[in-house]
Amino acid sequence: MSIDMSQFHEAFFEESFEGLEIMESELLTLDVGEGDVEIINTIFRAAHSIKGGAGTFGFMNVSEFTHVMETLLDEMRDGSREVTQFAVDSLLESVDVLRSMLEAARDKTEVDEDMVAARYAVLNNILKENGGASSATDDAPAEATPAPLANEQTAEALWTVDFIPHADLLMAGNDPVRMFRALSELGELQVNVDLEKLPPFDELAPEDLCLSWQLTLSGDVARSAIEEVFEWVEDDCDLIITSTGGNALADSPPIVEPAAHVEAVPEAAPAPATAAPSVNTAASDSPAAKKSAAKPKKATESASIRVGIDKIDEIINLVGELVITQSMLDQAGDDLEANADTVGNDSESQKTNADILLRLSKGLAQLERNTRELQDGVMRIRMLPISFVFSRMPRLVHDLTGKLNKKVELVLSGEETELDKTVMENIGDPLVHLVRNALDHGVETPDIRRAAGKDETGVLSLNAYHQGGNIIIEIKDDGAGINKKKVRDKAIEKGIISATDNLSDEEVNNLIFAPGFSTAEVVSDVSGRGVGMDVVKTSINKLGGRVVVQSEEGKGSVFTIRLPLTLAILDGQLVTVGGESYVIPLIAIIESLQVDRAQINAVAGKAEVYKLRDQYIPIMRARAVFGLDDSTDDLHDSLMVVVEVDGSPIGIIVDELQGQQQVVIKSLETNYRKVETMSGATILGDGTVALIWDVNGMVRVHNKKLNKGLIKA
Amino acid sequence: MSTSLQAVSDDVEESDNIHQNQYLTFLLGDEEYGVDILRVQEIRGWDSVTTIPNAPAFIKGVINLRGTIVSILDLRERFGIESVEYNELTVVVVLRVKGEGKDRIMGVVVDAVSEVYHIAENDLKDPPDLGYAINMDYMRGMATVDDKMVIILDIDQLMSLKEIDDATESGEKAVED
Amino acid sequence: MARILVVDDSASMRQMVAFTLKGAGHEVVEKSDGVEALACAKSASFDLVITDVNMPNMDGITLTKELRALPNYRFTPILTLTTESSAEKKMAGKQAGATGWLVKPFNPDQLLATAKKVLG
Repeated sequence: MSIDMSQFHEAFFEESFEGLEIMESELLTLDVGEGDVEIINTIFRAAHSIKGGAGTFGFMNVSEFTHVMETLLDEMRDGSREVTQFAVDSLLESVDVLRSMLEAARDKTEVDEDMVAARYAVLNNILKENGGASSATDDAPAEATPAPLANEQTAEALWTVDFIPHADLLMAGNDPVRMFRALSELGELQVNVDLEKLPPFDELAPEDLCLSWQLTLSGDVARSAIEEVFEWVEDDCDLIITSTGGNALADSPPIVEPAAHVEAVPEAAPAPATAAPSVNTAASDSPAAKKSAAKPKKATESASIRVGIDKIDEIINLVGELVITQSMLDQAGDDLEANADTVGNDSESQKTNADILLRLSKGLAQLERNTRELQDGVMRIRMLPISFVFSRMPRLVHDLTGKLNKKVELVLSGEETELDKTVMENIGDPLVHLVRNALDHGVETPDIRRAAGKDETGVLSLNAYHQGGNIIIEIKDDGAGINKKKVRDKAIEKGIISATDNLSDEEVNNLIFAPGFSTAEVVSDVSGRGVGMDVVKTSINKLGGRVVVQSEEGKGSVFTIRLPLTLAILDGQLVTVGGESYVIPLIAIIESLQVDRAQINAVAGKAEVYKLRDQYIPIMRARAVFGLDDSTDDLHDSLMVVVEVDGSPIGIIVDELQGQQQVVIKSLETNYRKVETMSGATILGDGTVALIWDVNGMVRVHNKKLNKGLIKA
Repeated sequence: MSTSLQAVSDDVEESDNIHQNQYLTFLLGDEEYGVDILRVQEIRGWDSVTTIPNAPAFIKGVINLRGTIVSILDLRERFGIESVEYNELTVVVVLRVKGEGKDRIMGVVVDAVSEVYHIAENDLKDPPDLGYAINMDYMRGMATVDDKMVIILDIDQLMSLKEIDDATESGEKAVED
Repeated sequence: MARILVVDDSASMRQMVAFTLKGAGHEVVEKSDGVEALACAKSASFDLVITDVNMPNMDGITLTKELRALPNYRFTPILTLTTESSAEKKMAGKQAGATGWLVKPFNPDQLLATAKKVLG
C-alpha cells in the first residue's frame, strides 16, 4: 500500500509550530529550582509529539534533535535533574533552532547545520554534567522497524514452540487463534493442544485460558519472526522456542531457554524507573495542559485567515437586512411607477406620491446604514487580536533582561484589541524594536534603580486600545527617561538641528526619531547596530500611522503608536488643488484653518513659516509641490491643513476644503508606479479617481524642490 | 463608447495559420501603428482623467476602469509628435502590458482606431533606421498592407516601468536644471 | 470491515492513521484525547482501539485502564502508539491492559500489518 505521506505534512507543521509556541511560553513560566512538574510535562508532551510526528513523516533530523531536548526534559520531569536557568535558556534557544529546522523542512530549504551542531553540543554537555543518569539516551528515535531482522538464519528450519498461556491472557484482547493464524502465514504449522489443565466443567471459568499448546513450524522462518508474533504476550505466557531440525541445526545450537524473556528484560535502565508512573499522572486535568491547549494559534504567513463564526453570522444578518431594504425600495419604486401611470394632478395622487417618496427616502437612508454596517462587518473579518503580536514579548523580555542583567516585569493589557491582519503583520518588528529600546536604554540596572530610590524591578507595560477609527499602542517604561540635554547636543552634533534652534521639550524628545540619530554610547547588540528609531518611525508611517514619545527624566517614557485599524479603508479629508480632488488621511491632520496672510513670513527668502497661535510652523503650498501655477499672492480664500510630519506640525496650503469621508484605498502601483507624493488612490462617489496624499512624501518633494530653487517664497 | 472585440477575437480562434497574427491598428496623424490584438483589453472614448502630480507629460493621469486604477499614456506625446486637441474620435486603447513579473493594464490615447489586419510573421520587416520619431526599440517591425505602411509596436518595451521611471526622473531634472 | 477508534492529540498522526485504515476499508472514528475517546467508546462499540500514549486531559495509559473497566471492552483489542521502544514504556501500556503496541515512527504498511494482527 503506498500512501503519499506529504499530504499530512501541512497538519504536521501546523501542530509542530503550535507545539513550539507552547514549549516557549511554558518554558518562560517555568521557575528555576524545583520546577513545576505539570509545566514540565506540558513542555515534554509538546516535544514528544513533534518527535513522534517528525519521525513518522520522515524529518529525521528534527526527530533526533527533539529527542535530545526530550531527554533533558525527561530528567527534569522525574526529578533527577535540577531546573537551572541555564538549562531553561538552553531549551529556549533549542526551541528556536528546532523552529528553524522545521521551517527549513517546510520550505524545503537548507538548515544551518553549524547552528544545529552547536546546539547539540550545548545540550549534550548539559546532559553529561551532573544529575540525570545517562539512561535516557537509550533508544534512538529513528528506529523504524520494531524488530530488526539482523543476520538471522532464515533458511529452511524446523521450530518447536511450547506456548503455555497464563489464565488471564485473553483479558488484554490477545487471542491465541489469531497468533496461530499469523504463524501459519510464516510456514507450515502443526498445532497440538494440551487439555491437561482444563478443570472439570463445573469449575470452568469461561474467561480464563486453561489450554496450552505445542506448535511445530517448518519453513523459511526466522526466530525473530516467531518472537514477533508472541511479542505482546511475552509476560502473559511461558514460551519456549526451540530449533529442532533442518538447516537451522547446522549454524545455531538449539536454544532451550525461554529466549523471548531475555529481550523482555528492560535494557539496564534503572534510573528513570519513576518515569513511567509520572506519565500517568502527567496530563490528567492539569491546568497547564488545559491552558496550553486553548492557546491561540500563531499567525502564520499563509494567505488564509481564521474567522470567528460570530463574525460570519453578523455578516449574514446584515445581508439579510440589506435584502429587506432592497425589497422595500423595490416596492416604493413600483408604486411610484404605478402612480405615474394613473396620474392626475389631483391632491389625492399628489398625496400618494409624497407618501411613496417618503418611503423611498427612508429606504435610501436604511440602505446607507446597511451598506456601512456591511462594510464594517466585512472589514472585521480581517481583524485579529493584537495578542498575536504581544505574545512575542514575554520571550523577548526574558532573553533581553538576562543579557542586560536587568530586572523587568512585563505587563500586557488590551491584548484582545483587534486590528487588521496586514497592519498586524507589519507592526510586529517596530514593536519589538521599541521594546528592545525600552529595555536597553530605558530601564536602568537594579543598582542604579536602587540608588535612585526605585524598585529594582522595572515595569514595562504594553497597552492597546481603540480610539475612533484608530488603534493606539502604548509602550511605557518606568526607566530613566530621555535625557533632553544629551539628545539636544547629539542632534546639534549630527547637524539635525542647529544650536540656535529653540525646541520645545516634546520636539527634543522626538528628535530620537530623526534619521541617523542614535544616543547609545555603546552600540549594544540588543538594540541592534545602525538600526535607529527612524526605521521604527518609517515603518509606522508606511502603515499610515504615527509614533510620538513623551518622556520625563528619571520617571520613564511612553511611546504612543497610532495606527489605522485597516489598510483597506481610510478616513479622509477631501481637498481641492488645481482643480483636482485629493484625499488627506485624517490620521495625519491636526487641524484645518483659513489662511491669514498676515501670519505668513518668509525665512531667508526661501522657506515660509506661519504664525499659528504662539508658535511658528513651516508651511508649503500644495500647488508648488505639484508644480502647478501658483498665484502666489492670492491666498485670501486659501485654506491650510496642518498635518503632523516627523512629530512636528506643517501647514499645507490647499485651494479648497471639501467634506470628510471614508474611502477605499486602491493601489497606484498595480498598473502604474509609485508616486512619491501619493500613498494610493480611491474612487469617489461620482466614479472619478482621487489620489491620496502621503504627507511625508509631500514634504520630501517640497524640500527637494526648495533646495533646487524650484520653489520660491 | 466601448467597442466589443468579441467578434475579432473569434476570428483569431478560427485562423489556423499559426504564423499569422492579428493586429489592431490606429492612427497618429498620417501614420498607422499596430499592436497585437490579443493584448487589447478594450477600446473606449476619451474621458477626463485625474492628473498625477509631477508625472511625465505623456502620462495624462489615471482613470477608474471598473474599480481598478489605470494610467493613461498619450502616444503622441510619448513619441514627441505634435499634440492635437482631443476630439470625439480620440480613443483610448486599453492594453495589457507584460513586464517585470506581472502584467499591468494601461491605456494609450490615439487619434482614432483604424483596422484589424492579418499579418503573417514573415511579412514583418525590420524597419530601416530612417530617423523615425520613435525609438527603434519600440518597433517590432513594419509591414505593408494595401500599399500602406504599418508600424507594429512592441508595447512591452514602449510602456515598461523603466521607461516611465526614466522619464519621471529626467522630467524632474529637466525642470530642475 | 472493522470499526476502529483512533485517539491521538496530534492531528497529523491521526490523519495519517485514519487515512491508512480507511484506505484498507475500515471504518474510523477519530478523537483527540482520552476524555473524548472514552465518552465516544461508551456510546458506541469498536472492534479495535488505537491510542497515542502522551495526550492532554487523559493519556493513553489511563484511557486503556478505563476502557478495560467497561464490560464491553474487556476483550477488545487496544493498541498503544508509543515513541519509546524501551520495554518499560511498552509494559506500562501492557500493564494497563493494552493488547499490544506500535512504535513510532511507523509507516502505513507497518500500521496495517499490526492492525491485521489483532483483527485477524
